[in-house]
This record gives sequence, C-alpha cells and structure tokens, in this order.
Amino acid sequence: MSSDSLRGLLGRPVTMRTDGGSAAFMRKVWAVAAKDVRAELRAKEVASTMIVFGLLAVVIFGLAFDLRVPKSSMVVPGILWVIVLFAGVLGLHRSFGAEVDRDTLAGLLLAPVEPSAIYFGKLASNLLYLFLLELFVLPVMLVMFDTNLFQFHILLGLSLGTLGYAEVGTFFAALTANSRARESMLPVLLLPVMVPVFMAGVSLTAGILDGRPVSGLVSWLVILAVFDTIFFVAAYWIVDLIWDGI
Amino acid sequence: MASENGSAETIVRVHNVAQRYGRKPVLRDVSFQVNAGEVAALLGANGAGKTTLLRILAGLDNPERGEVWLGNVPLAAAGHEIRRYVGLVSHRPLVYDNLNGLENLRFFARMYDLVEPEPRIEAVLTAMDLWRRRYDPVRTYSRGMIQRLAIGRSILHDPPVLLLDEPDTGLDQESVAVLTDLIAQLRQGGRAVLVTTHNWERAERWADRVYHLVDGTIEDGDEVLKQR
Repeated sequence: MSSDSLRGLLGRPVTMRTDGGSAAFMRKVWAVAAKDVRAELRAKEVASTMIVFGLLAVVIFGLAFDLRVPKSSMVVPGILWVIVLFAGVLGLHRSFGAEVDRDTLAGLLLAPVEPSAIYFGKLASNLLYLFLLELFVLPVMLVMFDTNLFQFHILLGLSLGTLGYAEVGTFFAALTANSRARESMLPVLLLPVMVPVFMAGVSLTAGILDGRPVSGLVSWLVILAVFDTIFFVAAYWIVDLIWDGI
Repeated sequence: MASENGSAETIVRVHNVAQRYGRKPVLRDVSFQVNAGEVAALLGANGAGKTTLLRILAGLDNPERGEVWLGNVPLAAAGHEIRRYVGLVSHRPLVYDNLNGLENLRFFARMYDLVEPEPRIEAVLTAMDLWRRRYDPVRTYSRGMIQRLAIGRSILHDPPVLLLDEPDTGLDQESVAVLTDLIAQLRQGGRAVLVTTHNWERAERWADRVYHLVDGTIEDGDEVLKQR
C-alpha cells in the first residue's frame, strides 16, 4: 500500500446512483449472474459436475434398460426428467452453498441490494447451467435410446419445467444455505414440491413420443406455465420478506 | 464533520445491545458511540464479542435486544439503502477467489451503483498496491494481498462509517504503516471508524477512544490504557 496514492484516493468524491427502480434492480441481477458465470468458467465446479453426472446417468439408464423394455420411448420421458432433477440438485445447492462456504454471501449482503435481486441473479445462472446440462444430455439420449427428443413441444415443456425447477431450487438453495446438512436437506425439501412439474413434464414428453395430438396435451403445458408464474411471483415477494432468516 | 454547536456529530450509536448464541450471552447491554472524524478501537480477547458487535453494526446480524443508530437512522428500521454508508473489513476477505482483483472490485462497484467506477477502481487498486496484479486470480494472492484487497473493497464506495475487524491480520510492517496512515486520513476526512484489535499499542496509536470488551460488556479502555 502507498501513502501518496491513499491521499489521492480519499480526496476524490465517489458518486453512487440512488435512483433505484427496475433498471437498477436489473443491473444488479445481471451483475450477480455474470459474476457467477465468470467464476464458474474459472472453477468449473457446478455446470461441469451436473453435465458429467447427467451423461453418466444416461449411459447407466441406457445399459439398465437395454433389451428389457419393448420400446425405449416407454422409459425415455421418465429418464429425461429424473436426470434433470437429480443432476440439477448437484448444481443448485452450490449456488448459495459456495457463497456460504467462502463467506462471500456476507459481502453480497453488505451491498445496497435487494435480496430478490441476488435471488434472480442466482436463478439466471442456475437456469443457464440447467439448459447447458440439457444441451449435452439430449443428443446422448438420442444416440443411447434412438429417440428424438428434439421436437418443439417436448423442448417447450422441458424449458418451462426447467424454469420452474430453477425457480424453486434456487429458493430452497437460499433457504438451506446456512444449514450444515444442506446437501441432504435441499433434495428432501425440493423434490416433493417438484412433483407437479415432474408429472406434467413426463406426461407431456410421453404423449408427444407416443404421437398423441398436441391439442390433448396442452393442459400439461398450461400446468407448467402456471407453476412457473406462481413461483416467479411468490419468490419475488417472499425472498425479501424471509431473507433475515437466511 | 461537526454539528452547528461545534460538537462532533455522532455517526454510530449503540444502545444496550445484547446478543446470545444459543444460551451463551455474547454481548450484554453494550452501549457506546463513535463520532464523525473519530477513530474508536474495540479491544478484547478472542471470543469477547468484537466480531459479533461489528456484524450487528454492519447489518449482517440482528441484536437480540437494544438499538443501533447510524446517523439519525435506526438500523432495525432502515432498508438496504443504509448499507451504502457502511464499509466492513471482516475476518474473512469477502472477495471471490476465482475472480481477479479487478473483476472483484468491478462486481462490487456494480452492487454499490458507482457512477464511472473505473477510475475509482484503479485508484483503489493502486493505493492497495495491487494494480500490477489486477488480472491475477485472487486465489494466487498472498494472505496480505487478499487482506489489502478486502480493505480496498471496503473503501471502494467511500462510506462514512468504516468497520475494521482486525484489519492488520496478515499485513507486513510496511502495509501496517500505510493502514495506520489510511485510518488517520479517514479520521481527517470526517469518517467514523471502529477498529477491533488485540494489540493495545496499535489501538493506542490508531484510536481517539478505546473501548475494552470483556465478557460481553464494554469497559472504558482509556482507563485501562492509563493503568498499563
């Protein structure tokens, strides 16, 4: 440290924006998400773990069901959604867990930022990791099970389900971040809440693969969209209220 | 910073603050104040409650009882905007070891809504003697460098209240001398500084007023210093 440069430092006025509003909120959401992604690009400890787990799970399921089911499309919907849920848990608990382990969460909380902005920043980075997972898993499933999941309504349902999963998962990850048993608590809390998403996602995927008309499957898409909307709004309000307890 | 009648304005006021962890009381009716342009030192042994008190002042923990005021604003009723006025150097550096020094300060500049942050970041990194290492990941920094980055993070937004929890940890003699200079300049600039330390000599050198935290209660450290 140098005394001369210190004098110059303290003599300069510092201006902070205090306008608030949605633009300021979004700037902070973006800052948190960008920071998480940048740190992940260096550390490779969240997305890469999820992807490797997901790919291994596809191979293991492929070997387990090989020659034992008459049609692979009978098991593919369940396998896809189980992999997304289980691989997702691995990453979700690190989103706040890493901040707690390194005590950087305190640094975030010292800043003049709404807890919901931190939440949505984490949600954005978790969503990105989950989509990356699916980007790797779907082609491998195509090869392993000879089942094409790259169909518009399957991808739409998967995207809606992933959004809902990231919303709820990020929320519970924040809630359990300070718990010593967060690795086990997160799935115990999270997976029961995800039952509607799991059921809707599996039913929609199975219906499309079975060649049923889309008009009969729209209700599953509606369930996923309603789930996403409810948790998006609820998280926005609840996170700020309960943050002291986190 | 002085009030109209010439007396220094009280920036930090702690009144009957109590805190416990489980059944163990950590702070018992702690009361003190720090004025603008004043440096107060909080001395105490390990486990005396210094860090707990600083976390409460920074708004990271809520006291079980009692009140904390920053200026005219009670901390319990203040929103997150009050955090603009506080800087904290904690036991842990509160920086991201996978990011480099520059990225860390850019991130915190965004969180504090700094206008034109780049010149400020450069000035802070230069003052902390980290400008040459700005592109290196923090995990490659020495302990002293990380501590300097933590100090830089705490003064990035130039807060009127600075809480320094054993800021000399890991610093070499030269850096401690500059830290002493920084504390003196913060005082001169009208900031209220509360610094915790185990070191009586440094407390005497740094502070205008010394408080001694013993078993969760505050004693007048100036009296203890006179007796030493």
